[in-house]
Amino acid sequence: MDFTKRLSLSEAVSRFVQDGDSVAMGCAQETLIPFAAGHEMIRRQKKNLTLIGPISDILFDQLVGAGCVAEIRAAWIGNVITGSAYHFRRAVEEKTLRIKDHSNLTLAMALKAGAMGVPFMPTSTALGSDLYRTNPDLKTVSCPFSGVPVTAVAALTPDVAVVHVQRADIFGNSHVWGNLGVTREACLASRHVILTAEEIVDTKVITGDPNRVVVPGFRVSAVVHAPWGGHPSPVPGYYNRDHQAFIDYRNCSKTPEGFRAWRKEWVDPVDDGRTYAEILGKARRESLAIKHRRPSVPVDYGY
Amino acid sequence: MKKKDAFETKTPGYTLPQLMVTAAAREVFDHETVFVGMRLPLLGFLLAKSTHAPHAVGVYELGVVRDTVSPEPILTMGDLPNLSGASWLADTIDMMGLLQKGLVDVSFIGGAQVDRFGNLNTSYIGGFRSPRTRLPGSGGACDLASLAKRHIIVMTHEKRRFKEKVDYITSPGYGEGPGWRERVGLPRGGPCAVITTLGILRFDPDSKEMILVSVHPGVSAETVQSHTGWPLKTARNLAQTPPPTREELTVIRRFDPGGYWTGT
Repeated sequence: MDFTKRLSLSEAVSRFVQDGDSVAMGCAQETLIPFAAGHEMIRRQKKNLTLIGPISDILFDQLVGAGCVAEIRAAWIGNVITGSAYHFRRAVEEKTLRIKDHSNLTLAMALKAGAMGVPFMPTSTALGSDLYRTNPDLKTVSCPFSGVPVTAVAALTPDVAVVHVQRADIFGNSHVWGNLGVTREACLASRHVILTAEEIVDTKVITGDPNRVVVPGFRVSAVVHAPWGGHPSPVPGYYNRDHQAFIDYRNCSKTPEGFRAWRKEWVDPVDDGRTYAEILGKARRESLAIKHRRPSVPVDYGY
Repeated sequence: MKKKDAFETKTPGYTLPQLMVTAAAREVFDHETVFVGMRLPLLGFLLAKSTHAPHAVGVYELGVVRDTVSPEPILTMGDLPNLSGASWLADTIDMMGLLQKGLVDVSFIGGAQVDRFGNLNTSYIGGFRSPRTRLPGSGGACDLASLAKRHIIVMTHEKRRFKEKVDYITSPGYGEGPGWRERVGLPRGGPCAVITTLGILRFDPDSKEMILVSVHPGVSAETVQSHTGWPLKTARNLAQTPPPTREELTVIRRFDPGGYWTGT
C-alpha cells in the first residue's frame, strides 16, 4: 500500500522548498503556471531561490519583487501580453539578481539532459549568439562524428519542480492535458516534484488513461489540492486566461507601493484563512469559466 | 480591452499595426509550415491562413500545432481557443525538433534593436555588464533565428533601435556579413525581411546587408534613413507597401475585435 503524499500547500512548500533551492516553475510556458505555490513561497518569505523555467509569464517577477530570488535561469522573463517585467528589470539593472540566459530550446535541452542523466545535450541553436556570454552552461563543441559545431547545454537538475495539473490522486499520479512546454523534462530532471491540482481524484481515474500522465507517481513528493491554483494563467478544461489580471499586474508592478498593494490583495489574504476562490470572487470565476465544452472521446486500454 | 501604449500613428482607413500585420501575413506562402511568434505575428498567421495561405500549418513554441484558425479571437498563443481543436498538443522539445530538423519554412520574431545584418537584441540595452535596460530575453527567438529556413523581423523603426551594431546578439542574423552563419555552424536560414513601422527591408543576397525595398504610405525614403543608425541602401525600384484590403481588415478585426494589438 502506498502512503499518501497529500499535503497542504503550506506543508508542501515548507517541506520541499528550502532557502537557496533551485525551483523549476511555469514549465508549460503560458498555461498551468503554479501561481498558488509561488504565492506560498512569497508568504513564507523563501530566500535566495534559483528560478528555472522557459518564460514564466509574471510569476518570476512576483517572486523577485518579494525578495525571494537570487538567480534566474530562463529564456524570457516578462508579461506575455504587456511586455516588461518591472521587478526583474530593476533587479538586473541594479545587479541584485544573477541571470543565466537561455533560449527556449537550450533550456529544454538542459532539462532533458537532467531528465536523462547525461551531463549535456547537443543542439544547433544559438551558435554565434551572445547567449554564450551570459550563460556559462552553453559551450560550442565539435560533433565527434562529423566535426560540425554544436552548442553543448549543461544538464540542469533542479531541487524541485512545481507543476500545476488538472487532476491527481493522493499518491502523486496525475493527468495533465493541453500544451506541455518542458513540464515532462522538468519533472523528470528534478529531485522533488510538487503537484498542485485543480481536483483530487481516485487512482482509477488516472490509471484509466495512463497516456495522460506526464510524470509517474513514484517521482512525486507532494500533492496539493489547489483549486484556481493556476490563475491567472489558463488551465485547459477548468478556466480561461484572466487577461485583466496580467494587465493589472503590469500597472501595479511599476512601483514598490503598487506591488505591496497587489500583494495585499492577492497573496496575503490566504494567510487569514481566505481561499483563493473567495479572493477571486464569484463573478470573476464565472467570467473565466469554460464556455464551450469539448470533451474527448475515451480510448480503450483493455486487453 | 485596449492596449494603452500601442502604436499611435494613424493612417486613413486602417491603423499602422493593421498594415504591419498584413505585410507579415503576405510573407507566408500557402502550404508552408510557420513557427508563429508572440503579438502581431499571431494575427499575421491567422490572416494568412484566412486568406491566401489556407493550407499553412502553425507551430507554437509552447507545444501547439494547428492547421485551422482558432475558433475564437486570442490575445496570446496560450489562450484556450488556440488549444481547442489543435492538430497536436505536445512538448516544447517536439516543436523545437521540427524547427531544428529544418521542417519550418518561416518564422516571425520581434526585436528591440537590430543592425544592418539583421542581428537582433531583445536582452540587454547598453551591454550586459552594466545594462541600462534589461529586456525580457530570447524566449524562442534565438531558436527561430538560428534554425528556421527564413525568419521575418517585426519591429518599431527608430534610430535608437536601428543601430550600426547591436549591444548584444540575442538572435543571430547574418552576423558580420557573408559566410558568417556558415562559419559559426548555423545549419541554414537567416532573416528574410524586416517589417517596421515605416517600411519593409530585405537583405542583399551578396552583402547580406539590409535594403529598404518598400515604404509605407505617406513615408519617404529620407524619413526611413533619418530613423536608421547607418547609411541605408535603398532598392532601385522602391515600392510602396500596399495597404490592407477590405477583406484583410475584416479578418484582422475579427481576430482582434477589441483592437488590443492593432488599435481601432
